[in-house]
Amino acid sequence: MAGMSGRMSTVIKAKVSKLLDRAEDPGETLDYSYQKQLEALQNVKKGIADVVTAKKRLGMQASKLEQSVVKLDTQARQALAAGNEELARTALERKQFAQTELQSLDTQVAELQSQQDKLVDSEKRLRTKIESFRTKKEVIKAQYSAAEAQVRISEAATGVGEEMADVGLAMQRAVDKTDDMKARASAVEELEAAGTFEDLTQLGSGQDDIDRQLAQLGAGGEVDDELAKMRAELGMGAPAAEPEGLEAGEPAPPATPGTPGEEKA
Amino acid sequence: MIVRIMGEGQYKLSEDCLERVNVLDNAGVAAVEANDEPAFHAAFEELLEIIRKEGEHLGDEELETSDVIVPPADTSFAEAAAEFSGEGLIPD
Repeated sequence: MAGMSGRMSTVIKAKVSKLLDRAEDPGETLDYSYQKQLEALQNVKKGIADVVTAKKRLGMQASKLEQSVVKLDTQARQALAAGNEELARTALERKQFAQTELQSLDTQVAELQSQQDKLVDSEKRLRTKIESFRTKKEVIKAQYSAAEAQVRISEAATGVGEEMADVGLAMQRAVDKTDDMKARASAVEELEAAGTFEDLTQLGSGQDDIDRQLAQLGAGGEVDDELAKMRAELGMGAPAAEPEGLEAGEPAPPATPGTPGEEKA
Repeated sequence: MIVRIMGEGQYKLSEDCLERVNVLDNAGVAAVEANDEPAFHAAFEELLEIIRKEGEHLGDEELETSDVIVPPADTSFAEAAAEFSGEGLIPD
């Protein structure tokens, strides 16, 4: 059970030997390897910066959504206090949607944080190895004949090469995750642009789209529960007769008392 | 024997320890073949734990080549299918 096996080992071995094949002269191999190592290190730093940027973007979206949740909750209360249950319901549906998005964003931010931590660790390991290689390379150049040097260089370069391949995979995984998150961030931005999370005073164009999305949510039960809770908190009894006229999504100030039949945009 | 866990670094393992890792490696292969995801994760996690706990962590400044390379801890079941096949990570 000795020796390397598994596809991962094979891939890494191939990558490392490709790296070493480039130069025949030991001195050249050393400098070429070292140069490649430094490039790899730069790439890792760039990768970390990308993850940080993606994380910040998601974080900003999350704080916007948090504000929306608070605002929509306040508006639902105001609408209910004014006896406009339809408007309260619409606000709560939006709030639910915003909350769902928020949860998903939080998970993704945590995921990116973990990718970032891993890359930072990898970067540190690679940096230490490269530094070790740099020291070793000077010793090899000074102390050994060409033939001996070749062997020792191969060993040392293979050791660093393996670390580079390892970091390379960590980077690839981070890039894949970050790309997913970027796509996700764009999707949330589109929803924002469509007014999905906007408060009810700012409803404008695109409301048909919003209504369709809300209908798909199936959050009715939870909204009913929350409405009942709010009613209780406001010291109100069972729902009054449903006020007419105010369609969900119709532009209306949040605190307008619901006067059935006379509602205007 | 030097074992690398991708994304975590290298460990020096005794023959005895590697033997136990090999048993779990084979269990991982069997789980992948049986399409048994929970069994795979159980075997894989135990394998990683043995390496981390009983292996001697190699300093980052060491320039040693690994004898065995273990995929990263967050390897998915689908990814595992490519690694844990045939003789697994460690040839028998």
